This record gives sequence, C-alpha cells and structure tokens, in this order.
Amino acid sequence: MSRPGWEAVIGIEVHVELLTDSKMFCGCRVDFGSEPNTNVCPTCLALPGSLPVPNETAIDWIARIGLALNCEVSPVSVFHRKNYFYADLPKNYQISQFDVPVCHDGWLEVPVGAETITVGIERAHQEEDTGKSVHVGDGGRIHAATETLLDFNRAGVPLVEIVSKPDISTAIEAKAYAQELRAVIVELGVSDAKLEEGSMRFDANVSVRPEGASEFGTKVEIKNMNSFRSLERAIDYEIIRQIDSIEGGTPIVQETRHWDEEAGVTQGMRSKEGSSDYRYFIEPDLVPMEIDDHWQSRVRAALPELPATRRSRYAGLGLDPHLAEVLTGADPGLRDLFTATIDAGAGARAAATWVTGEVTAWLRREDKSIESSPLDGTGLAELVTMIESGDLSSSAAKDVLDGVLRGEGRPREVAASRDLLQVSDEGAIESAVDDVLSANPDAVERYRAGETKVTGFLVGQVMRATGGKADPKVVNRLLGEKLT
Amino acid sequence: MPIDIDIAHVARLARLALTAEEQDRYRSQLGAILDHAARVQSIQAADAGVGHPLGFTNAFRPDAVTPSLDRDEVLRMAPESRDGYFVAPPALDQES
Amino acid sequence: MNLADITIADAGRLLSSSQASAVDILDAVLERASMTEAELHAYLTIDRDGARAAAEASDRRRASGDAVGPLDGIPIALKDNMCTRGIETTCSSQILAGYVPPYDGTAVRLLKEAGAVVVGKTNLDEFAMGSSTENSAFGPSRNPWNPDMVPGGSSGGSAATVAVGSALGAFGSDTGGSIRQPASLCGVVGVKPTYGLVSRYGLVAFASSLDQIGPFGRTVEDAALLLEAISGHDPLDATSYRGPTPPYSADLEQGISGLRVGVVREFSGEGYEPAVESATQAMVDRLADAGAEVVEVSIPSVDMTLSAYYLIAPAEASANLARFDGIRYGLRVPGETTEEMMARTRAEGFGPEVVRRVLLGTYALSAGYYDAFYGKALQVRSVVQAELAAAYERADVLVGPTSPTTAFEVGAKAQDPLAMYLCDICTIPSNLAGHPAISVPVGLDDAGLPIGFQVLAPALGERVMFRVAAEVERLASFDARPAMARSLV
Ligand SMILES: [Mg+2]
Ligand SMILES: [Zn+2]
Repeated sequence: MSRPGWEAVIGIEVHVELLTDSKMFCGCRVDFGSEPNTNVCPTCLALPGSLPVPNETAIDWIARIGLALNCEVSPVSVFHRKNYFYADLPKNYQISQFDVPVCHDGWLEVPVGAETITVGIERAHQEEDTGKSVHVGDGGRIHAATETLLDFNRAGVPLVEIVSKPDISTAIEAKAYAQELRAVIVELGVSDAKLEEGSMRFDANVSVRPEGASEFGTKVEIKNMNSFRSLERAIDYEIIRQIDSIEGGTPIVQETRHWDEEAGVTQGMRSKEGSSDYRYFIEPDLVPMEIDDHWQSRVRAALPELPATRRSRYAGLGLDPHLAEVLTGADPGLRDLFTATIDAGAGARAAATWVTGEVTAWLRREDKSIESSPLDGTGLAELVTMIESGDLSSSAAKDVLDGVLRGEGRPREVAASRDLLQVSDEGAIESAVDDVLSANPDAVERYRAGETKVTGFLVGQVMRATGGKADPKVVNRLLGEKLT
Repeated sequence: MPIDIDIAHVARLARLALTAEEQDRYRSQLGAILDHAARVQSIQAADAGVGHPLGFTNAFRPDAVTPSLDRDEVLRMAPESRDGYFVAPPALDQES
Repeated sequence: MNLADITIADAGRLLSSSQASAVDILDAVLERASMTEAELHAYLTIDRDGARAAAEASDRRRASGDAVGPLDGIPIALKDNMCTRGIETTCSSQILAGYVPPYDGTAVRLLKEAGAVVVGKTNLDEFAMGSSTENSAFGPSRNPWNPDMVPGGSSGGSAATVAVGSALGAFGSDTGGSIRQPASLCGVVGVKPTYGLVSRYGLVAFASSLDQIGPFGRTVEDAALLLEAISGHDPLDATSYRGPTPPYSADLEQGISGLRVGVVREFSGEGYEPAVESATQAMVDRLADAGAEVVEVSIPSVDMTLSAYYLIAPAEASANLARFDGIRYGLRVPGETTEEMMARTRAEGFGPEVVRRVLLGTYALSAGYYDAFYGKALQVRSVVQAELAAAYERADVLVGPTSPTTAFEVGAKAQDPLAMYLCDICTIPSNLAGHPAISVPVGLDDAGLPIGFQVLAPALGERVMFRVAAEVERLASFDARPAMARSLV
C-alpha cells in the first residue's frame, strides 16, 4: 500500500545460516540446542593466536545458492575483515566479503498473485555469524538492561548474505520475494531457514520518491522482522511513515529502524557508535578462493528442481495457478505421490486436489507422514477412477481413503469391506423406486398437481431404501420417467 | 602535505579511552610518522596483490566436527561469568 | 667446558654418547639463568618444574633407545607471544597479564614432540611492536654483551638467552626484523623463514601477512636443526605452505663457489655505522675470494618499504588486537557500558607503542585515508616484490648488513618512534616479500658489540640461504662470547 503520487523503492537483505555440521572457520559443532558456550574453541572465541580455516562445504553451498539465483560465481574471490566492536563479535571484526563476493548479479522470478516479477540479486557473499547477547535487566528491555550475558555457540556459524537489487516496489512484492527466496533455500537443503528461530533473517531498505522521479529518496534500513507477515507490515508502515514525514515537511534521515511487532511501528535505533566506518581490508589469515569451471559445473549438476521450474511444470499439466502453487510448496513425499498417481492414470487435476486436500488433511489430523502410510500412487489413482466411474460417491470416497490410509487394503477392498460401493444396477434401483412411489401416493398426487419440489422428498426416500448407495443420477432419471 | 588527524574519532573507532593530553601527544606523534609514511604516495600506481605473498589459493577444511573446549576452562579465563555465560556491562547499542 | 655454552649439535653428540644427560644440560642452563637474569631480564617465565620433567622424560626415552631426534633433551626458550598450554603467555602486555592459554601453538607442539625441553618464555616488545625489547610492560631486557645496551627486538629476550647460555636455542617471531635484528645485536644466528613455512597457529598475531616464527641458534647448523623441527604444512593455518620441506642442514658443507651473491646497493650510506659498513664489505670480499660471483643489485624502493611497512603492519595490528576487549579473557577495567569498559580496558591494558600503532593502523584504514595510505602501501609491497624478483634474476642470494647499527643504549631511542623504526630498514623487504633471510654474526665493533651480516634468499630458498650462511660463518670464524658468559665459564 502506498499513496497516489508516490512510489516506494525496496531492497531486501537476507542472512541465511547454513546447516553445515561444523562452523565456518573452525570445527565446532553447529547446533542451536546446546548449553551456552559449549560449542566454542580458540578460533571462534578469538583466543590469542588462533586462526580461521574456511569450511569447504559452506563454499560449495554458497555457490549452490548463487547458481540457483542465476548469479555469476567469481572465479577468484577473497574474504575481508569488517571492523566494528560489539560484545558478541569475538574478534571485534567479522570475516565477511567486500568487493569480490563469491556470487553476484543474479535474479529471481517471484510469483505475486497472478503475475510474476523479476527481482535482481546484487550479490551473495559468505560471512560468519555473531554470538548471542542476552540483555538482562528490566524485563529484558535493552535500554534498561543492567548487564549482558554472552553465549558464543553461534559465533562463527556460516552465514550467507543475499542482497537484492532495489527492484521491489510494494510490501506484498517484498513478502513474495522473501517467501520465494526461502522456498529456494529450503529446496537447496542448505539451511532450515526458520524465520522465528533466526536461521533466516530479513532486513529491508526502504525509500520513497514522487511517482516517476529518477533519483532515489533517502533510504532507511528496517530490522527485526521475524515473520513474513511482520516483513510486510513493517514495510507498509515505513512507506507511509516516510510519505507522511516528507509531506509534513520533515526530510528522511538515513538511519536504521527497529520493527516493533506489538506496537506495529518502526523506531529509530540509537546510532551504533564507532561502527560507521568498517575499515574493510583483505583478511590476511586467509588465501583467495578459486572456484573454477569444474567446481562450478559440479555444483550446477547437483542442483535440485527449483520451485519456479516445478510450478510451471505443474501448470503445464493443466493445474490452475493456485493448485500448482500449493502443490509446489507441498512436502516432497506428497509431490511424489501426485506424480505416481498421474503415472497410474489419474487426471492431474483430480490427483492434485486429493493430494493437497483430503490426503494432506488426513495426515495432518493423524499426525502421520506420507512416507509411513500405505497409500501409493496406484491406490490413489484407483480411488479417483472409482469416483469418476460412479462406483463411489465423493463422500464415501473420503471414508475409503481413511480405510486405505489406515491400512485396511486397496480402495476397492475397503469400499467393499466398509460397504460403501455405489449401486448403479438399474433393476435394483427401479424396484426401490416403484416401492417408494406406491408407498407415497399422496406425494405422487401433489407432483402431478404441479408441486414438482416433492421429487426431492421421493429421491430421499429411495436413497434411504437403498442405504444411500444408489447412484443419485440414476434415481432422478427413473423417478422422472415414472412420474410423467 | 600536512596531515589532518581527527584523533578523537580514530580513538573512538579503535575503542581507546584517551585523555585530552594523550590525544594531543598521539596526534603529534602520528603526524610525524604519517609525514614519513606519506612517501608511499609517490609510488607509480601499481596493482596491489590481493592475497598470499607466495600466491597460494584455496586452503579449506572439510566440514568435520572437532572437539570444542571444556566450558569451565573457557569461563575460568573470563573476567566475569555466570550460569555458563560470559558477563559484560549493559550494551549502549541496541543492535544484536 | 660448561654445558650452557655448547651448541645443539655438540649437545646431541654428548647426549647420544651419554657423556651428558638432558637433566645435566638443563641444570647448566638454569644455573646460567639464575646468574644472569637479574641483569638481563631475558625471561618473563621460567618453568623449572615443567622443564625438569621434560628433561627427565627425554633421558628415559634415550635410555630405552627411543630418542626422537636432534632436539631431544635440548633446552630451548620461547618468545612469550607463542601460546603454551598451561604456561602464562602475556606478549609482555598488561592486557594479558596472567593469561594461561588452553592450547599449544603448532610450533610449540612440534617442539615438544621433537623432545625439546621448554625452559621458559622470553621477554619482548609488547605484542612484538618494537626493536629494543624496551616496550615491555614487565621491564626491558638487556644485552649480554653490555647490559647498558638493548638486546634489540622485538625478540630481544630470546636472542639474549642464546647469547648468554640460559638456553641452547630459542624461538622468536619476525614481522619486520624482530628475529634478525636482535640476533645481530646479540651476536647469535637468527632466521626469518619463508612466509608460510612455519605455522602461525598459536602465535599471537601482530601483522598476519608478515609474521613468521623462526629460530635463534649459536651456529648456523643449530638454527637449521631448530627450523627443521617446526617447518611444514599445518591444516590449522590457511596460509601454511603445502609442499615438502627439505633438510636445511644438508648443504652446509657445500661451499659457495659458483653461487651469485648480490650486494644490495641501498643497504649502506647515511645512517649506517662505519663499523657495520666495513664489516659487511669485508665479508663480501671474503665471499668473492671463496669463489662467489659478486654482483651489485638494487632495490630502489627500499626507503619506501619502511613507510609501507609502518602502514601495513599497524593496519593489520589494529584489527588483530581488537579482540582484547575485556570480555572473554585478560584484563578488564570496569565501565558503565560495554563500550566504556572496552575502551578503558584497552587504554589501560595497552602500552604507548601499542596504542600508537593501533591508532596509526586505524587511521590508515579509515574512510578517506585508505587509498592514500594503506592502499598505496600495498602497491609499494607489490613493487618491492617485483624489484626483488628482478634482483634474483641476477643473484642466487642477496647480502648486506642486518642492522644499520650495533646495539644502542637503553632509552636512547625510546622517545623517538621514527628513529626506532629505522632499525628495520634492512630487514623489512624480506617480510614484505614473504622471503627468508638469516643474520650471522661476523665481528665486533670498537665497543665490543656484535655486528650481524644478513643473507636474503627468494621464497623457499632456505637451502641456498643456509648454505651461504654456513660459509659466512666459516669465513668470519666468529667465536667471541659475551663477557657475561665468558666470566662464568
Ligand atoms: Mg552481513
Ligand atoms: Zn570453534
């Protein structure tokens, strides 16, 4: 949401913690469940004399991320020291990258509602995470804190920073970009990318300018959004705040603002004293990284199918955008079930509807995984065929699915054992119809007198007589014939 | 060229609490040293190497977990610690 | 013969022929220390119990025929910026007073595995920043040849122990000359190896792209034996050399006929003491007589290298020393906020020279000055590398003095940082290029103070460097000993 006459320019910076076994520059375990300061060594505690050695898997993974984001991978890239003092930064410099990141100049296609936007990727660079500060004191309110508790288990965990180009113009686009980026990261299997746990963190650079203006407005960095929803809310709030401020005659100052989830506002932070000048210089404890063509092609060859590709593949099978989107985001096991179901002859639409609908709902209800269930593609295809051939009413089909998922057998067996097969044998239904008509002469009278709505009542009687298994279509046809 | 030094700013960047008297002394000493060091500016532009003096590249470690330090030993080195944490005074900056 | 005055090679022979035990040698060295330390203050820590235990273990190994090599049972001293598990490691700084590392640096581990007996930790200029070992929070060291004089620095303590006999060998670190210059001023052999040859893991960093650990010995052969024990690839140091490391003591008898020796034109003239110049020229002449082909070479940017060094080293140091913030270890000076505590801790914990260089490096990297200072310094670095490469087209090794002067009086340059910095003019180029160099004593000046002769070699040229150094040693036949040691024999 913006305001007529104004447009917003938004760039997103994302920090992703890689789920390697060990840290970026030392052999300490990457594990967020541990007791404080138990996964620390001379290197990640910055003890005098310790040295960093890069984790080769992390470099492999950032290349994987870069290639998935259509980036160029620098044939030679170097680490820099980013100098600033902070209690949870053990060396008081962060090993990061500056002018030669591992990945640069890529793009990501992002579905926003019906259409798709392309967001440029400025760079993706490798760095290390900080430790964790717990500001204790007055209800944990930082400015009232009486002391800081420090845990360095997270210090040195591999971090990839992905910086978008300022190609985003609304909060909704920003949210969609963040969600699509997360989907890619998860697909690559390099991070659990949990926003609430901080293994994926978003900062937004927001500026506004009069519609059509060529130069950018002053940008403000917003931090501390730990859900897609708060990312969207924070940006919406900030856009309006900036427009109001400018229209009210107060120019925007370049600053970093904190998103306050409860208050629903962004608030200026006290300036980070002394950190305004990072004094980047090449990290002399490390040597340049050469990621040659052979390395790159090895990484590229191992790339999984990415969400965008899958989405369009599903659309190509005739799924509408919504269904394609839902299925794209579904668990791998369920997507495999879908594929197996259409391979077994079921239609894509029906298969997708059942997989993302009833099957998913049942598994969630019973807290089971598809991998551990007896339902397979041929089974689901069989169920779908039974419905289409009229052997099962859709309501009965849900019971059958339940039976199959509980391991009672194949759909036909379950339908039989649970006595859910639809009767479409005309003879049986016709005699039932005759019985009903002779048992309800008055209803027949009223119908003939023009009160056609009584057919509903008569159909109901026939269904009851057949224990609900008669095919409603057949019943209707026969009644129609006999009443006229 | 006379070299201007905002010594208070530099001291803040370096996290050094200097008295006014110390700042004056260091400003003049740095001035003298930097006057001499400014000779480097007469070098004909050459490209500065980006790495190891001997040109080594690609030194990595496998992603393997190695033993961490014993926490008691770690915290014993600390000026202040409690409940498994290092303890520091409250932070002025809110960033974390 | 006093066991404190023998070479490591001799000690090895005495030990293997069981004419002496490791404990005998240790006792002689400890006795020498107890007689000289009051005057020299070469050691910050002497680990009598640890050393005795190590010596006894060495004797047991030898008795059971399991001696592990030429250093087994040899008492050595370590500069106090080399991390030693369980032994205080202070870098001569208040900020690390009482700090006991939980791990051994790689070089220290290798020395222990080689059976060496660590006598103790030696004094240095705080964080290796200095050329006189006067910038020590725990008091200066003195020169065994004349206690009114400095031993040089920053590894002055290590140089003094080897000169006086309170260790048979020692180790230091050389960032701009901190091994070679004190070796020169104390009349011992000192080696700065090729960058990356010796792991820096466990060496408290001063300037990471320049620092190298290296040995002090009484002879070239001893220095070669000591270097062999600690060189080689270390997976804990990403800048460590991955190739093979040949035995440096192999070619010592080869002589130098046919080798091309380049005399560096810029290592003379203003600021060079006549005694140093004439001793250098005399050795060059002897080398020519001994069959070397002497050529003159030039490193035109030498005077700029000093300026570049005093920008690059402080810049790296400003980041390397940022970790001393009063939170995880070392000194803490209380403050209302983390920021205040850090700033007070660092201002009180660091001595003046360290503060000066941290400020200098911070300034050189800061916005608006990076290009004019640090950036330019890096360019000078690549220029001097190119000039040295050109020189090595025409010569196998380069030679010259190690230091423009012999030892100077304690306090003489303490108030003049620039004058102190000029001590490193001959040694800095090797650090900027990552090349090896060695200082060999070749004589005494009129005041009876040692003069060092420097042999520089291209990267990984240690073999030819030691070969030439051994010839220099033979030609100089320098066998003088400091009065302080002589009087005790
Ligand atoms: Mg970052
Ligand atoms: Zn670690």
